[in-house]
Amino acid sequence: MHNLQKGVMTGKNEGTTQEQPQEVQWWTSVITPREKWYHLRLKELWEYRQLVWLFVRRDFVSAYKQTILGYFWFVFPPILAALASTFFYGNVISLPTDGLPPFLFYMSGTFMFNIFSNSFINTSNVFGQNANIFGKVYFPRLTIPLARVLIYLINVAVQFVLFIGFLVYFISIGADIQPNVWAFMLPVLLLMSVNMGLGPGLITSAMTARYRDLGQLVAFFTTLVTYVTPVVYPLSNVPEHLKIYFKLNPVTAIIETFRYGFLGQGVLDLGMLAYSFTVSFVFLLIGVFWFRSMESTFLDTV
Amino acid sequence: MGKVISVEHLSKYYRLGLVDRRTFRDDILVLWNRMTGKPDPYGRTQSEETGIWALKDVSFEVEQGERIGIIGFNGAGKSTLLKIFSRITAPTAGQIKIKGKVASLLEVGTGFHPELTGRENIYLNGTILGMKRSEIEKKFDEIVAFSEIGKFIDTPVKRYSSGMYVRLAFAVAAHLEPEILVVDEVLAVGDFAFQRKCLDKMEDVATGGRTVLFVSHNMGSINRLCNRAVLLRQGEVTAIGPTAAVINKYMKESIAGEAQYIQEPDPAKPMNLLEASVVNQEGVVGAQFGYDEPVTIRLKYEINQPVRGCYVGIELLTSIGVSVFTTADHDADVSMLEDRQPGVYESEVVIPREFLMPGEFMVRVWIADGFAVVAYERVDALRFSVMDTGTPGSHFGQDSRRSLLQPIFPWRTKGLD
Repeated sequence: MHNLQKGVMTGKNEGTTQEQPQEVQWWTSVITPREKWYHLRLKELWEYRQLVWLFVRRDFVSAYKQTILGYFWFVFPPILAALASTFFYGNVISLPTDGLPPFLFYMSGTFMFNIFSNSFINTSNVFGQNANIFGKVYFPRLTIPLARVLIYLINVAVQFVLFIGFLVYFISIGADIQPNVWAFMLPVLLLMSVNMGLGPGLITSAMTARYRDLGQLVAFFTTLVTYVTPVVYPLSNVPEHLKIYFKLNPVTAIIETFRYGFLGQGVLDLGMLAYSFTVSFVFLLIGVFWFRSMESTFLDTV
Repeated sequence: MGKVISVEHLSKYYRLGLVDRRTFRDDILVLWNRMTGKPDPYGRTQSEETGIWALKDVSFEVEQGERIGIIGFNGAGKSTLLKIFSRITAPTAGQIKIKGKVASLLEVGTGFHPELTGRENIYLNGTILGMKRSEIEKKFDEIVAFSEIGKFIDTPVKRYSSGMYVRLAFAVAAHLEPEILVVDEVLAVGDFAFQRKCLDKMEDVATGGRTVLFVSHNMGSINRLCNRAVLLRQGEVTAIGPTAAVINKYMKESIAGEAQYIQEPDPAKPMNLLEASVVNQEGVVGAQFGYDEPVTIRLKYEINQPVRGCYVGIELLTSIGVSVFTTADHDADVSMLEDRQPGVYESEVVIPREFLMPGEFMVRVWIADGFAVVAYERVDALRFSVMDTGTPGSHFGQDSRRSLLQPIFPWRTKGLD
């Protein structure tokens, strides 16, 4: 019986009629020097979905075992960050917040920005940190960055619940906040932020295998991006002649749309949003293809 | 039956020198200089690229149910072949065609996390190795029983002893059920009893109709597990065939002139070993012996001052370090342990013909005083090999005897009726 499920047919029936026809062999897999760059093996990745889940579980459990605060680590950092921002940017430097309660304004900005920056930082060292396990066994390497993104999404869920809690509180005390239908864009915005971080993360990951100093640049770079993204100030406050550059920053549209949808203030610009959407997927595609092409020879370079 | 693995003209090239700890800045500099036509700051040009072919045009085929051993010296390309099989790295040229599900074991316990419990690690490790969740669930109890972990299954593995850790790791690996199993020398784990159990389990796997590719330095386990072997040398296949024949060829290649060992004497020491050699029955120094020839070990030593006893001894070991026997000159003559006068002495011991099982041996030599204080010793002083020129086992085709000694003892048989 031949395995006909997903075979590659080889064994050419060459020669003239005089010769015995060669037996046709069905192979389940063929290991070749370099796969075609467009072979993403997504089906295989799907078959390993259980592994992604186990990686998420492993990192989650190991991160919170033997900590004093345990799962409270999810809750405290976003609140503390928003409080600190309220104090420094709102009270000390007195940055405008489009008339919104500063606390909510900062929380909304860092919430979206952190999805981008964490997806980027957490996936930018995948090869380096897993060189040992990658050198011992094969499994689709993309499972690791995927798991890293998913772990952070657990965090995101908790933060979102907190954010909604504070939103309801501020509305109940009479703050001028008008959530609208654009809030339903949330899943798309989430996806865009993840892509925006994951794409460059995968590219850097493939490159840090070769250039170690690149890894240190990642955190530095994301800090720089914070300054040119309307996280702690509104886009409306940016001088007119500089606005075009801020709009070119693909993260800007995500944050502004999120604010507009949930808080009713911010710049809603469909062109900007479409641009940002396109860029995020282009980043993701380049990242995934690059990562896949590095995967098979990465170990020769470390 | 039929071919399940076909390795075709497989080659792997590793670049040397170019891939080093260079930084991004360096590469930009190189690129800039190339564009502006300046010479490379690191003095390298494209044509100067040096590298090594870890594998060169390797081809062989494996039938279903075969157990293939891959042997060769360090750097022969065994690990590279294994890595390509395991899809850890891609070949430079050629291809491997595989029919069936492959599992490869280059290490046991890959991905184990110390904070997770034994149970959690079984699932994680099993999944990494390519098992489905349902498969793990089905075999879970069997794995736990095999590992002898018992009630500690829900304890984080960081609290395990190293023995428990390895047993659990191996238990998972041993319950993989792929059609093709690729194994590195992971068998040398755990205590002796557990090693035994692992080897038995491996044999079960091998005889269960599964195809096994086994890489090891241990000729004993290769001989025991494999029916065919591939010998690699500097990336090329130099022999392929029945295990015993290929191992024999490997042994011949591995013998280098170590039949004589000369030691620079230290006049300050009361006694010095001067020379150790392996000689044949004609008195000629040599490293190759037939099974039907006696092997003589000759030791020359000097005593510089009157001492209370001086004796020399040898220990015969197999090439992988298993002790065969130990003997010293005072075994037969206790007077060696009494007062000895200065002078140069020569002692020799004859290992009789038809005694050592064909294979490779090494000799540890030492010299000591009457209080057994060792003045000098050398573990790997001599090496020699014994060729099969007709052991009793060889009369039956493929040799199945695996002992270290093959003496011919008299048997007496009489009819009882």
